[in-house]
Amino acid sequence: MKYQSVFDIIGPIMIGPSSSHTAGAARIGRLSRTLFGKEPVKAVITFYGSFAKTFKGHGTDVAIIGGILGFDTFDNRIVDSFAIAKDLGMEIEIKVSEEEVDHPNTARIKLFNHQYSFEVVGISIGGGKVEVVEVNGFKVRLTGEYPTLLVLHEDRFGMISAVSNTLSRFEINIGHMEVSRKARGKQSLMIIETDQIPSDDIKEEIERIPYVLNVSFISP
Amino acid sequence: MFSTVKELIDICNTENKPIWQVMLEAEMEVSGRSEDQILEQMNRNLDIMEEAVNRGIHEDIKSHSGLTGGDAKKIRKYMEENRFLSGFTILDAVSKAVATNEVNSAMGTIVATPTAGSCGIVPGTLFAVAPKLNASRDQMVHFLFTAGAMGYIIANNAFISGATGGCQAEVGSATAMAASAIVEMAGGTPEQSADALSIAMKNLLGLVCDPIAGLVEVPCVKRNAMGAAIAMVAADMALAGIKSVIPADEVILAMYRIGCSMPNTLKETALGGLAATPTGRALETKIFGRPSE
Repeated sequence: MKYQSVFDIIGPIMIGPSSSHTAGAARIGRLSRTLFGKEPVKAVITFYGSFAKTFKGHGTDVAIIGGILGFDTFDNRIVDSFAIAKDLGMEIEIKVSEEEVDHPNTARIKLFNHQYSFEVVGISIGGGKVEVVEVNGFKVRLTGEYPTLLVLHEDRFGMISAVSNTLSRFEINIGHMEVSRKARGKQSLMIIETDQIPSDDIKEEIERIPYVLNVSFISP
Repeated sequence: MFSTVKELIDICNTENKPIWQVMLEAEMEVSGRSEDQILEQMNRNLDIMEEAVNRGIHEDIKSHSGLTGGDAKKIRKYMEENRFLSGFTILDAVSKAVATNEVNSAMGTIVATPTAGSCGIVPGTLFAVAPKLNASRDQMVHFLFTAGAMGYIIANNAFISGATGGCQAEVGSATAMAASAIVEMAGGTPEQSADALSIAMKNLLGLVCDPIAGLVEVPCVKRNAMGAAIAMVAADMALAGIKSVIPADEVILAMYRIGCSMPNTLKETALGGLAATPTGRALETKIFGRPSE
């Protein structure tokens, strides 16, 4: 079932005018910021499909930047997000692509700080619901509705046990886990759905494991 | 949890419960949250809907493009002059649906029901039918659970956004949701709620999503007005005992198949329909400086 809650249908409370293009875009932006886990200094946003055709009219650009700034769907500051980003010194680039995509409402967000960049592809599936379908080139399926830990790491021996040992020491139970890699010995991504919400201490501890490149966490 | 209208109605009949209660209990089970927490969240949604209705019928609303705003006030003034032909409750619903959508188009705060483009129909009819029936605040909250239950089934078996299924998915779903909730608030049976859903949705099948300049304004605001009117009449027809020849679940699947065979030019891309008329293109150029094609 794509829609699980009555509040997916009666909701969200949001700034108009479009739940797919405004609320959904804000949520994709906010998820990308959470996954990045750092303060971005630059954001490059590419719109595809219907997003590419109509983003200006729906304020999709305004909403997605609002989300990258950490605003929720009902936050009035979304309307002024361009000005707020500028005041914070965040550089913003908006692109449109003619490329065929699987879903009509697709956005690719690349976030940068001074050392690091991170790329997320999100789709807005209607009524304000979204999915992240790609993280740094890895195919994923994240809705942001369950506590989820993402660990980007180099593909080495013992990585899974190092991470799962840390979680077990802090009494965090794993509900579902996926590991994917681009090629043997290259970068890998662990996606771990947890029953308990991991604290910042746990995140920091996992970050200290050798060959771990980035740890981020999304909570519902 | 139910996944079809038939399953939902069967649960209502077997357990002798109204639709709203089945939805509320399903939500408790899925979310693990208490009844009080869930009711509180829905009450909050009702508050936001009421604020948007009041803003739209009292304030001077204007969208950034200048294409929409002020029509809800016009209908209220016309109603006060007592010249109307179609009936007070229908126009009350229409004006409140327009009010909500005008606030949405002006980037105001609304509740997506089920989407922002269709956010006027459920609250518009609710805030017209509740005073007519002297409904309590609790009954108004129940109305939203019933509408939500039907929307949940439509969303999981078809679609609710114009970009995926055309306006039949967006305004069509909202109208069907509202029609079934009106029936329940007016004391109809769960079967009559299902008939109201079918009658309402059947009359919006094939409706394309063709917004001028891609904005959620024209024809969206007026389609919400008509959605509210259709929901009211569909509810009355069902309450009169009229059956839908095609069962609700089959109507929903027909909507899905129609949406799948609709070209992308008619699914919120602003490439066809009203958006591609000479006036539509001229407005687009005026607003954005260039047409999208």
